[in-house]
Amino acid sequence: MSVLVDRDTRLVITGLTGREGTFHGLNNRSYGTEVVAGVTPGKSGQDVEGIPVFDTVHDAVSQAGANTAMVFVPPRFAADSILEAADAGIATIVAITEGIPAHDMLRVYTHLRRGGTRLIGPNCPGVLSPGKANVGIIPAAFFSEGNVGIVSRSGTLTYQIGYEIAQRGFGNSSIVGIGGDPIVGSDFIDVISLFQEDDETELIVMCGEIGGDAEERTAEFIAQNVTKPVVGYIAGFTAPPGKTMGHAGAIVSGSKGTAAAKAQALEAKGVRVGRTPTEVAAVAVETLGGVRS
Amino acid sequence: MDLLEYQGKQLFARHGVPVPEGAPADSVQDAVQRAREIGFPCVVKAQVQIGGRGKAGGIKVASSVEEAEEHAKAILGMDIRGHTVHEVWIERASDIAAEYYASIVFDRSAKAPLFMLSTRGGMDIEAVAEEDPQAIARLHVDPLLGYQDFHGRRLCFAAGVDADVVRPVGALLARLYDAFVAEEAMLVEVNPLIVTAEREVMALDAKVTLDGNSLFRHPDNEELRDPAADDPQERMAKERGLTYVKLDGDIGIVGNGAGLVMSTLDVVAQAGGRPANFLDAGGGSKAEAIVDAVEVILSDEKVEAVLFNIFGGITRCDEVARGLIEAFAQVKPTVPFVVRLNGTNEEEGRALLAEAELPHVTVEATMDGAAAKVVELAR
Repeated sequence: MSVLVDRDTRLVITGLTGREGTFHGLNNRSYGTEVVAGVTPGKSGQDVEGIPVFDTVHDAVSQAGANTAMVFVPPRFAADSILEAADAGIATIVAITEGIPAHDMLRVYTHLRRGGTRLIGPNCPGVLSPGKANVGIIPAAFFSEGNVGIVSRSGTLTYQIGYEIAQRGFGNSSIVGIGGDPIVGSDFIDVISLFQEDDETELIVMCGEIGGDAEERTAEFIAQNVTKPVVGYIAGFTAPPGKTMGHAGAIVSGSKGTAAAKAQALEAKGVRVGRTPTEVAAVAVETLGGVRS
Repeated sequence: MDLLEYQGKQLFARHGVPVPEGAPADSVQDAVQRAREIGFPCVVKAQVQIGGRGKAGGIKVASSVEEAEEHAKAILGMDIRGHTVHEVWIERASDIAAEYYASIVFDRSAKAPLFMLSTRGGMDIEAVAEEDPQAIARLHVDPLLGYQDFHGRRLCFAAGVDADVVRPVGALLARLYDAFVAEEAMLVEVNPLIVTAEREVMALDAKVTLDGNSLFRHPDNEELRDPAADDPQERMAKERGLTYVKLDGDIGIVGNGAGLVMSTLDVVAQAGGRPANFLDAGGGSKAEAIVDAVEVILSDEKVEAVLFNIFGGITRCDEVARGLIEAFAQVKPTVPFVVRLNGTNEEEGRALLAEAELPHVTVEATMDGAAAKVVELAR
């Protein structure tokens, strides 16, 4: 098992014909993901190395049987692309695009929640279920199948922690990048709920960062609903207030959103929080019974 | 992106939020001319993006041409907590009967706009929230439905707004919501929102934060950006497409990906060092981006040592190594560098660095080891 993407995933990529879309779309296919379609308005009938291109997501659903969408279009078109995918009946949408206006996401989020469409991202590296499917830009070569579920607001930080866990002999059920924007389609609670229900996942690693109160809310949720062990990490202890640290959502405003407050909230609910990526990996592996050779 | 008070007021005015008549000026001569046009008494207000202007002497009432000149002279060029005053706003003085507080915040937790209204305006709202949370009425608005008149009534009656001005305050909130949505703001705040002796309501101050990601739809707002407000290194980095935040330590940091760079700062601080900056060279960093990153980092003279912490995903470690070699050829750094490369093509990257025999470069295998080393070298 795994979460969100697996061997049943039939992927349509909006923006497949762009440079980045082509590069990562083909990467995802060579990993084994079933990439069934691309969408670029006006380019139907073309193909990208055998992947058929359609004018609309609706056509990709009706003609190629797509059930999952990856959004790779530039920020000014991305909200529209997400809404189109939802309208076409796609159940799971993964939005990689960085820089989507916040008010666009406010409307998209509200609309999608009412319709029950699941959105991962935007401004995220996507979802990798090792051995099954890769939807996004996560470098799959470092990860193998296993029992650790990872959910994170950041890309490279996730790779770092995943890599250190892999070096100690453990693999992953799924790695989910939820994104670094103020409004993301799915938060820690959504993804941790999926891991809790997933048979393969035995331990959950969550990588948070400064800004907002998602980690604090998650701490409460874990205490009430999660029986599997959760190991946490929070980035940004040294971030000064009022400065956006790279991600649009990573900002300490006043006394809110600090790394210290988040780590404390998690620890108060029994989540062990590593102070460095290496420590997180060590704690995770210790919890699972020690290094495997 | 934060606006100055007068830019916020001009934005409010475009959406029908009542504001006092006023005009900006960037010289004493201009300020006096604007004051004459507006009439007396008028207020001379320093335009800087920092609170506490009044206490610092940056807001003064003038009852005559002479006083307007005297205040403009004193305020223009004044330093308010590290911010130099380059502009003043001259505004007709208001006859204040009551001071309220109103704001709309982009509430990322509830994922909806949050209205706040209080009759305890004119002071620090965070202090009010602390000592008397009941004094602030709060209400979320459905982003797909928008503001309705009943929202205004609920807020006004909950906050205890004087009954005779419930209607005009509600109308002002409606216009404020129009501005929030149309200009794609992350925050609009009015403190104080005043009721005059004639029972008119208007915004006496304006604090507006716009979403930087939406500026492509608002070219007029894009022009309000004040490049002088940025730190010179931050400006240089922005021009080169790098994300850079200046900090006050002495260890330069370069990494790829916002989360990893934040984490690198933390690990360096835990090892006893003080990071000089946050610099995200971005995903898929090419050699040129690395050269730019080195130039930006070393333009800060406080930097005593530099840490490169790269996890290659899309970014290839050999490309980063090539960039570093190129940067050393161009910039010829004199401070020590510690480099950690993991991930895609890590062996090729390390081999390239070993072959190049760059002066004062140490390659470390782990993130913690690299942090410890750079802290030692910076001492």
